Amino acid sequence: MSKPLLQVKNLKKYFAKTGGVFSRKIGEIKAVDGISFTVNEGEVFGIVGESGCGKSTAAKTILRLLEPTDGEVIFEDQDITKLSQEKMRQLRRHMQFVFQDPYASLNPRQRVEKILEEPLIVHGVKDKNERKRKVQEILEVVGLTKEHGKRYPHQFSGGQRQRIGIARALILNPKLIIFDEPVSALDVSIQAQILNLMKDLQDQFGLTYIFISHDLSVVKHISDRIGVMYLGKLVELADNDSLYDEPLHPYTKSLLSAIPEPDPDMKKERIILQGDLPSPANPPTGCPFHTRCPFRMEKCEKVCPALKEVKPDHYVACHLYEETPVN
Amino acid sequence: MEKPILEVRNLQTHFFSEKGTVPAVDGVSFSLYKGEILGIVGESGCGKSATSLSVMGLIPPTSGKIVGGEILFRHGQKNGEHTEDLVQVDSKRMRQIRGNHIAMIFQEPMTSLDPLFTIGDQIIEAIRNHRRVSKKVARQKAIELIKSVGIPRAEEIVDEYPHQLSGGMRQRVMIAMAMACDPEILIADEPTTALDVTIQAQILDLMKKLNQDKGTAIIMITHDLGVVAEMCDRVIVMYAGKVVEEGPVRAILKDSHHPYTKGLIRSLPNLRERKKRLYSIPGQVPKPGSIKMGCPFAPRCEVAFEKCFKQNPNLFLVNNDHRSRCFLHEKERNAVHV
Repeated sequence: MSKPLLQVKNLKKYFAKTGGVFSRKIGEIKAVDGISFTVNEGEVFGIVGESGCGKSTAAKTILRLLEPTDGEVIFEDQDITKLSQEKMRQLRRHMQFVFQDPYASLNPRQRVEKILEEPLIVHGVKDKNERKRKVQEILEVVGLTKEHGKRYPHQFSGGQRQRIGIARALILNPKLIIFDEPVSALDVSIQAQILNLMKDLQDQFGLTYIFISHDLSVVKHISDRIGVMYLGKLVELADNDSLYDEPLHPYTKSLLSAIPEPDPDMKKERIILQGDLPSPANPPTGCPFHTRCPFRMEKCEKVCPALKEVKPDHYVACHLYEETPVN
Repeated sequence: MEKPILEVRNLQTHFFSEKGTVPAVDGVSFSLYKGEILGIVGESGCGKSATSLSVMGLIPPTSGKIVGGEILFRHGQKNGEHTEDLVQVDSKRMRQIRGNHIAMIFQEPMTSLDPLFTIGDQIIEAIRNHRRVSKKVARQKAIELIKSVGIPRAEEIVDEYPHQLSGGMRQRVMIAMAMACDPEILIADEPTTALDVTIQAQILDLMKKLNQDKGTAIIMITHDLGVVAEMCDRVIVMYAGKVVEEGPVRAILKDSHHPYTKGLIRSLPNLRERKKRLYSIPGQVPKPGSIKMGCPFAPRCEVAFEKCFKQNPNLFLVNNDHRSRCFLHEKERNAVHV
């Protein structure tokens, strides 16, 4: 059994909603509302969900790019929510982040070698030649050449820019990398290149990933275990095969059935959900999914179900599975 | 055989920049038949959007121009069967056709709706541009349209503003507006790309229903092969401004012939089985016009041979209705001259 690298316990991030003439606080947006999961060393943990479900906020809160409202984040036996800013900064060399938009996350006025050198300077690599050597090394690791280091971000294509983003995260030799929609902005043929690169790097350096995406087929491809989020809550958590072969939560079921598959002979039964995602500023009472759920019961409108283990390592938050255990 | 309602012949659309001419659409030909859904797939920069904007006469005159080819629109019996070349018609006539006979919906519904006018105002405008009806009648029709695309509370929604609606609802409004004058052709440019999967399923479902109930022919522009499989009858695959493969949806997705189409399908992550590695097409999508000689896919193609770098292949017939632009098919089959 591999040991946990990261444990998230009842993590919450509420944003204040302000209004009126004096911008007083008039409410709260519960972007992340008490999620818990564990990421083991060397695995890829996937988080899927639709826009506004809080998956990106969760990622940023884990790295304390946003301060959590409540809960614990335990990284290597240390609760990092209690650390000082300075300690946290030092720790971030072990926890890196790759953003969705490689266009927006690279400084357009810096050459790539400067962009890649910066994390080394921040984390105290004093020797200039060593920094230079590392930058060249990392460029080759992500499939670019050292000549690319002399160029500016706008001279690269989207796929190459994402390689630079990955190189920047990798250069400090981190233990954990969080990828927030890393391939969503890329074309299909380029997406495959980046996903392969991510896998190769993981094998090569023994990395642990948290992979966030709305694309279920990409998450299926890369992840070992997956959490499904809906309106700030984890509604299902299981290993890859278990989740895709036998989804339990009605939301996961409809999500999987809604993906168009590139096979005209595949006639699957589609569950088309009614209505839109409710706003996290005004979430429904009880189970957050009950407004769209085809199986809702009276209880669902009043009581929010807790995440429970209904099969070995398969957790679901739904009243349907409360009494009858699944075989 | 039935004649197509839209026939694009050797369309060439160029954009002009400081660095020179960019041939975004480079000799594209295809036909659209009544009541069918035709998919145009390809990656960014392949010319799929430029093709659809050309059909709509919406290429901005300051930056681009249709420099060659024909876009033949065939009017049905109710207009006394005749054909019109949309490349030749003047802008006044084009305005009459646009919205009335051919309508379009775009990827980002927020940017295509005017934030200062209510939903009702915008649909009423679309109706009254083409039909001589009173405001009252048009309003009634707008409410019906909003209902027909599955929006609840239609009577209230007409008086609301675009920002009050969600992304999926806005796309429904766009569809309602596009359908206002019962067009023969609906062009949908990545209509669900900005939407979540569960909302995408709703919108695709709605479009399919419109196609079946009203017989509207749809050109579905997308990069998502899943959407293609779900929706389309026939597909054309574009690469670097050219059609590289064309055929019925089954043939394209199950028995593709062009190395690019094959590579595209193989590089998709699969929901059924989990592979260790994905196949990936080497290299990058070329900028339009950057490859001057030979087949534009040759530099990325694993089966390219000498000739591919020197000459540009024609579309070869590989099967009934199935064509592929690749020299691999040259010997066995005959070239289709286009």
